[in-house]
Amino acid sequence: MPSLLSPEEWQALVLSVQVGLVATLASLPFAVGMAVLLARHAFPGKQIVNGLVYLPLVLPPVVTGYLLLLTFGRHGPVGALLERTFGIVFIFRWTGAALASAVMGFPLMVRAIRLAVEAVDPRLEQAAGTLGASRGWVFLTVTLPLILPGILAGVILGFARALSEFGATITFVSNIPGQTQTLPLAIYSFLQVPGGDAAALRLVVISILLAMAALVASEVLGARVARRIAGR
Amino acid sequence: MTLSVALRHAFPGFTLDVAFDAPPGLTVLFGRSGSGKTTVVNAVAGLLRPQAGRITVGPRLLCDTAAGVWLPPHRRRLGYVFQEARLFPHLTVRQNLTYGRRFAPRGGAGASFDAVVDMLGIAALLARRPAALSGGEKSRVAIGRALLSAPELLLMDEPLAALDEARKDEILPYLERLRDETRVPILYVSHSVAEVARLATTVVLLQAGRVARIGPAAEVLADPAAAHAIGLREAGAVITARLVAQEDDGLSVLETSAGRLYLPRVDAAIGTPLRVRIHAQDVILSRAAPVGLSALNVLPGVVEAVRLGEGPGALVQMRSGADLILARLTRRSVQALGLVPGVACHAIVKTVSVGRGDIGGV
Repeated sequence: MPSLLSPEEWQALVLSVQVGLVATLASLPFAVGMAVLLARHAFPGKQIVNGLVYLPLVLPPVVTGYLLLLTFGRHGPVGALLERTFGIVFIFRWTGAALASAVMGFPLMVRAIRLAVEAVDPRLEQAAGTLGASRGWVFLTVTLPLILPGILAGVILGFARALSEFGATITFVSNIPGQTQTLPLAIYSFLQVPGGDAAALRLVVISILLAMAALVASEVLGARVARRIAGR
Repeated sequence: MTLSVALRHAFPGFTLDVAFDAPPGLTVLFGRSGSGKTTVVNAVAGLLRPQAGRITVGPRLLCDTAAGVWLPPHRRRLGYVFQEARLFPHLTVRQNLTYGRRFAPRGGAGASFDAVVDMLGIAALLARRPAALSGGEKSRVAIGRALLSAPELLLMDEPLAALDEARKDEILPYLERLRDETRVPILYVSHSVAEVARLATTVVLLQAGRVARIGPAAEVLADPAAAHAIGLREAGAVITARLVAQEDDGLSVLETSAGRLYLPRVDAAIGTPLRVRIHAQDVILSRAAPVGLSALNVLPGVVEAVRLGEGPGALVQMRSGADLILARLTRRSVQALGLVPGVACHAIVKTVSVGRGDIGGV
């Protein structure tokens, strides 16, 4: 494979997968928590929380990227705090690309998992409670196994969204080869230089293959998990 | 152990206000739909938080609104058998059965796995998933799952309601064994008189959110005043008897405190104590000892109470030996025969009017 791709192209591919995986897995616990919160609990301001979660889906990605820059930049309130206390820097780093991808993929993950949570019969959770299971145990032993197909679908969607992320990333962390230049950014860069068409095309093919693989994996795994849970 | 319940909870258009003690054995909460049965059970289980109330199981306090005590369901140590089995679809039957075990206190005196599986006849199902079970099998697994969580109180909300007659007959003997072989009190919701007659030690009759009558099953079922709430067609006393002989012509002979009863074949060992439900509308009363009669069962007794209905009907309660018998007659007959408390008479019961489902273990 490396022989087919130039070092820069190879670098973009590896970085894309790395950013996608980290973005998806790091945001997964938050997505599950938010899905359960929105599906099962009523609280004041729920509509606002709901709106904030889905906002990146409807905002122009450039706007999301700019908001991230304002918040997590060196001089942004959260960015400055994180750098001072933990030494964590997002700006112009691959971690920033992962953050941008996570924010953009979050609504899709929450949506898929929330649908799964809503499909779980609360009476089963009640039954588990009467058998002595505390809320935490009920979640671990009943809810979580039953929403596994939804979580899987959410992860695949989030990962696919991370791979295709462009606008928020380039606005927030710029287009730095080896740091923030993921596949779509690399394709964009190659198209800007004369004679870059061939390299761009190779990356386009790779993007298509990755996306297809993710979709097929989600179909196969989803069907298998659903079958296992339904007990057939 | 005794379950003590006192509850008050107002819903829009309906107020539940009940207080009763359920002694050891099986207590049936009986009443029509909407009388508040399930609400009471859910409050005992902790699935509903009552506006005011106090619930205790033996020395344990589950809920006392005055003292601000409210245990969440998972700390109440109870087993709840729901109307729909509510088995976990992603677990095998064995995993369903053992689900509650990890939360039960160690070294608890809960029933052993093998004993419960044996009693419920579900050994062959252990490796299966709930999706592959019949309705009756699901019910038995749900009962086993509740039992194996080592509960100090069993709650059953119409566990047989979703089943056809054949499946009910399959499970009723298990419930009888459960009542007789475990020491945990059982609170059982039902609107079926047949289930009350076969299973109940104590009956709590609920009407529009209030306790209309409470007492031992034989007393409540033979009470003319309670018959209306039970349903006139379904009303009927339960008498206790002992199987003494099997006749060649297919009949069984039972000994009651007032005399012999000939009933259709009862498949049980000689000497088995049984309870027999006699529908009030199948009983004929006669002042004189009848002669030349096709009916085989004539029990002598004394009229205890008479209740005239608003229509043409009347209910007569008769004491026969140690048992009570309820007869549904017309007012005309009551007047013609001069049936008043203290009058001696005979109750006539046709053998074939007692069905298989009317006879159960004590």
